[in-house]
Amino acid sequence: MARMTMIQAVRSAMDNAMERDDKVVVFGEDVGYFGGVFRCTEGLQKKYGPQRCFDSPINESGIIGAAIGMAAYGMRPCVEIQFADYMYPGYDQLTQEAARIRYRSDHDFTVPMTVRMPTGGGIFGGQTHSQSPEALFAHVSGLKTVIPSNPYDAKGLLIASIEDNDPVIFLEPKRLYNGPFDGHHDRPITPWSKHEFGEVPEDYYSIPLGKAAVRREGADVTVIAYGTMVFVAEAAAEESGVDAEVIDLRSIIPYDLETIEESVKKTGRCVIVHEATKTCGFGAELMSLVQENCFYHLEAPVVRVTGYDTPYPHAHEWEYFPGPARVGDAYKQVMEVA
Amino acid sequence: MSKTSPLSLYVPEPEFRPGDHPDFSDVKVAAAGEVERPPIDAKADDIRHLAYPIIRVLNRKGEAVGPWAGERSEEDLRDGLRDMMKVRAFDARMQMAQRQGKTSFYMQCLGEEAIACAFRKALEPGDMNFPTYRQQGLLLSTDYPVVDMMNQIYSNAADPLKGRQLPIMYSSKEHGFFTISGNLATQFIQAVGWAMGSAISGDTRIAAGWIGDGSTAESDFHSALVFASCYRAPVVLNIVNNQWAISTFQGIARGKAATFASRGLGFGLPSLRVDGNDYLAVYAVSKWAIDRARAGLGPTLIEHVTYRAGAHSTSDDPSAYRAKEESDAWPLGDPVDRLKNHLISLDAWSEERHTQAQAEIESEIVQAQKEAESHGTLHDGGKPLVRDMFEDVFEVTPPHLVQQRQEAGY
Repeated sequence: MARMTMIQAVRSAMDNAMERDDKVVVFGEDVGYFGGVFRCTEGLQKKYGPQRCFDSPINESGIIGAAIGMAAYGMRPCVEIQFADYMYPGYDQLTQEAARIRYRSDHDFTVPMTVRMPTGGGIFGGQTHSQSPEALFAHVSGLKTVIPSNPYDAKGLLIASIEDNDPVIFLEPKRLYNGPFDGHHDRPITPWSKHEFGEVPEDYYSIPLGKAAVRREGADVTVIAYGTMVFVAEAAAEESGVDAEVIDLRSIIPYDLETIEESVKKTGRCVIVHEATKTCGFGAELMSLVQENCFYHLEAPVVRVTGYDTPYPHAHEWEYFPGPARVGDAYKQVMEVA
Repeated sequence: MSKTSPLSLYVPEPEFRPGDHPDFSDVKVAAAGEVERPPIDAKADDIRHLAYPIIRVLNRKGEAVGPWAGERSEEDLRDGLRDMMKVRAFDARMQMAQRQGKTSFYMQCLGEEAIACAFRKALEPGDMNFPTYRQQGLLLSTDYPVVDMMNQIYSNAADPLKGRQLPIMYSSKEHGFFTISGNLATQFIQAVGWAMGSAISGDTRIAAGWIGDGSTAESDFHSALVFASCYRAPVVLNIVNNQWAISTFQGIARGKAATFASRGLGFGLPSLRVDGNDYLAVYAVSKWAIDRARAGLGPTLIEHVTYRAGAHSTSDDPSAYRAKEESDAWPLGDPVDRLKNHLISLDAWSEERHTQAQAEIESEIVQAQKEAESHGTLHDGGKPLVRDMFEDVFEVTPPHLVQQRQEAGY
């Protein structure tokens, strides 16, 4: 077992996948010789050659459009969009092409493609390097959307995504690249080397898409989170004194309703946490699911803690970010309803 | 010098509008045989001048002349003529079927038949087209069943796409025909990606992208040219310039650029213009580009110059925006008539054989239509299973979609 950051884990997944299957190719802006602005593809070009790991022009619709053609040919492209905020020029290719080719051709053509992109804030990236656009993918029929919260999951889920025969959006919470982050931005960073989930096998393994993980068992309230918010939700439980059960969804499409249902029926209360903007965020969908499936078990209204409906601000990053204080307050709020 | 007069916006206008009497006599068209034929390994830099004149083989007398002539046997050409006649007969029947309410929508390629039919013959089995909605000739000139195309148009019980796609958005991997999107330009860059996959795999197959004059304005056109040029992908990028994008004349996409083909020059791509109504010229130019791609010499941009003789679609009425006589005045003539006259000039065809072939083709189409209609039409008879509406969104249908299907009662 090796100690890995999430960056190393993501790289290790691509390395294993490329080693096992020469149809796996990796490309994107700066990913070739240099190894990516976050270093996720470092060394892959050297190991597999420039035909299997290469730089692309700065053209997201081109990266995704070319990957679709390659996938239709029979390759398994795993492409990088440098920041999720840059994906919009490729959104047409994702939503109207990649997502629908299996359906419209009656599976004559398929698109086994993975699109990796760093997501979320917490690094003072301002409004063009901090967005969490997961709901925009979840709303599209035919796309899967995966968001890991730690190195072990990142590797297993990325391998599963690359092996999936449908297009998968793989969102990497960039604030978690180097260590678990509980939202206390003013404290020293804990590295992954000191966390159990930083222990990652160097060998191949995969984690099935659509299976949530319960990160903290608790009796009082169910917290549904994913990505960066998982550790914040855990910290809020310790700090608020509310015995929260924290569910890490890991993938939002497909989602693991069974785990959600089981937990909410046990606790009778539910808080949903995400960093993305509130209105029509994936939390709205989760809230509907809880209402549709667990209404008669609920003892309090479901509460959402999210980013605000503003662009991601630069100076006020930590006022915007739903940190452990706001999340803990929500736990207390649902507990106050008798 | 200071500028004092107010600025004004230039908006291009076509030369002729309804009520005008179009006259193209001042349009310069190179004489057949006039444009050189470079070797397929010519350097793009050495043939930049070919992005402007129109390569033609058939002259006014119906003779095949010049360096691009002589690539097809008489038998090949008779097949080509029959292919184009089949496309035209198919279009006419399906256009009428739409008018009779048997389907929602149809798009013919009247006047443009030579392009897809001739291009298809220059490809090898396994090559892949990424077509637009006006390249039905790519399927109709193969052995793809006409009945299946009609079943798709009718969205009936035998529709190979199970009623999921708008009429004419065919798909057949086996016949080198990528599923048509219906969105414009998106597939141009996908063709480049497919070709890159072939090159990475050490394959020998090539791809062909298709786009219209109007949608060259889309950013995906630029994406395709950037990627094709950067990675020297084995792809042929075809622009079908039929002069009209619904009601918008080609000058709105082209601006004051000299030609659509010349868009390729800045990317270092060999860029050729061909008379799209000249079956022999389209074949020769396509073969040149396809051979070049397969030889590992990289992509070629081809502008096929033609004229959309029909409406954009069954939802369109061109008399509202273009001159009635424009189609007849168009200087490149009709592709079927031109190939027919050529074969007659070779003594390889006759009016009688043409009439007979026309009757045979129409009868085949009518037969196929009867068979297709036995499986239903859009609002009448057999339909695809509703359950299939929920399938193939993913390889394995996820629980939430299974639940929706069950709640809907399927």
